[in-house]
Amino acid sequence: MIKKAIANTVLKERVAQAVFTAAACCCVLAVGLICFFLVVNGIPALAEIGVIKFLFGTVWQPSAGSFGIGYMIIGSLYVTAGAMVIGIPLGLLTALYLSRFATQRLGGALHRGIELLAGIPSVVFGFFGLVVIVPLIRQTMGGTGLSILAAAIILGVMILPTIITVSRAALDAVPENYYEGALALGARHERCVFRVILPAAASGIVASIVLGFGRAIGETMAVVMVVGNQVRLPSAITDGVRTLTANIILEMGYAADLHRGALIATALVLFVFIMAINVLFSLMKKRAGI
Amino acid sequence: MSEASMTQSKLSPRGEFAQRAAKRAATSARAQNTLVKVGAALSAAILLFIVGYILVMGVPHITPDLFALKYNSTNLSLMPALINTLLMIALSLALAFPLGLGSAIFLVEYTKHNNRFVKMIRLTAETLTGIPSIVYGLFGLLFFVTVLGWRMSLLAGSLTVAIMVLPVILRTSEEALKAVPDTYREGSFSLGAGRLRTVFRVLLPAAMPGIMAGIILSIGRIFGESAALIYTAGTVAAIPSSVFDSARTLSVHMYVLASEGLYIDKAYATAVVLLIIVIIINLLSARVASRITKGEKNA
Repeated sequence: MIKKAIANTVLKERVAQAVFTAAACCCVLAVGLICFFLVVNGIPALAEIGVIKFLFGTVWQPSAGSFGIGYMIIGSLYVTAGAMVIGIPLGLLTALYLSRFATQRLGGALHRGIELLAGIPSVVFGFFGLVVIVPLIRQTMGGTGLSILAAAIILGVMILPTIITVSRAALDAVPENYYEGALALGARHERCVFRVILPAAASGIVASIVLGFGRAIGETMAVVMVVGNQVRLPSAITDGVRTLTANIILEMGYAADLHRGALIATALVLFVFIMAINVLFSLMKKRAGI
Repeated sequence: MSEASMTQSKLSPRGEFAQRAAKRAATSARAQNTLVKVGAALSAAILLFIVGYILVMGVPHITPDLFALKYNSTNLSLMPALINTLLMIALSLALAFPLGLGSAIFLVEYTKHNNRFVKMIRLTAETLTGIPSIVYGLFGLLFFVTVLGWRMSLLAGSLTVAIMVLPVILRTSEEALKAVPDTYREGSFSLGAGRLRTVFRVLLPAAMPGIMAGIILSIGRIFGESAALIYTAGTVAAIPSSVFDSARTLSVHMYVLASEGLYIDKAYATAVVLLIIVIIINLLSARVASRITKGEKNA
């Protein structure tokens, strides 16, 4: 009887181990499937259009059979760069405040606020951009208001939580004796923070920027609502452009055949872009030790 | 005497220099202090403005017919979308939670060393975290909707977002399990419990707050998702009769309202409901987080 019970337990343990191992395979399976479907559906279209023509072509006219995403790559980069101009200084200063200046009560409240900002759905940001930022740009700077600038402002705010959280972790991870050492040499609190702690946390801060860049370039819904979506080379920040993500969401609903393949290839380009950014981020994170 | 006066006259410009340097240091310190505080205040102001603006503009437009059980083009009710969102959360967590937790248990309790397989799991989980939601949406459209032939449906959407939140649940559960002190394991083993019993009777109860935090985080992600759902779950504004029917969630509903641009009042009101639910989710997660830190203090 005891033997039977032991055998039973051993069997149960074996089954459990197998189940947990199988569960662990899921992430691998999911990534495998995603890569497989993007490649199988994207590569033939890419081959038919021609890689160079696709990446650097400037004409996107699905009805005429020309698929060039060159201007969209530029559009994505412009919008993302604008978002970084707004998000980096604001995010970094807020992270510095939370890490080294805030009182417990104010800092706690702001921390909660940043968490809330991270939880607001992108459609709400897009809607806010549409009803506040876009009219504001239309009235003060002319044009339709649906522009690189509007998208950059919204995205800049959307990546704030990413930059703040990761930068703050990096700042908090700087050993306390760095600060104490600087203080003992007679430096003021501010000087210690800006000249000692900030440089010591530099690689973590760069990692936060890289991650924010990845978030901004992959964002779809908020951007598509405020960026205008015209395929063109912009000449001013009040011009509208189309981003890679917007291109996919706008046309996937009705695309067929080569057009569909070209959109999947667009996603493939985005995917490769983001993977490169993520690899960069992991390397940075490892170096920063956070 | 003369020597002393000489040193004093030598000292005096040096003293002046030191004084000036001190003044400059004080000015730059004050400037830096102000800069940091202005930056933080600006971030706070942006958040308050966004939330405040939407609340002020939207609350007056919240009417009872916004919560009517059936959607039509005059009431633009968000109720079906809200129910769909709950269904979507339940379905996708039913899949992602056991898988994510199972993977975490495997990583923490069933493997010791950093072998190839473990590294592969971590790498792919990190990859999943970084993929933008539009790519998930496209994958769902290609695989669940087209290849498996589920059409745009609640099921296709749920599976798509389940993959999205899988790494969230995996990572938080892993952290929670790792945080359980080894003495718990040793105590359980020494009482004769096997690994399986130790996991379910000792470790999981101890790690529960952390695991809950992961679930709440996932709920937030699913709730706010729209790009991954628009072509997988579709945009039909009705409660589906089966999992193979199309169903728009609240975020997708908001997108459709806002991009049509015809019912701006209703869009404001819907945005308010979205915001309030997000705030509730955040409060819940803050409570769970405080329970975790309390638990750590006790241990």
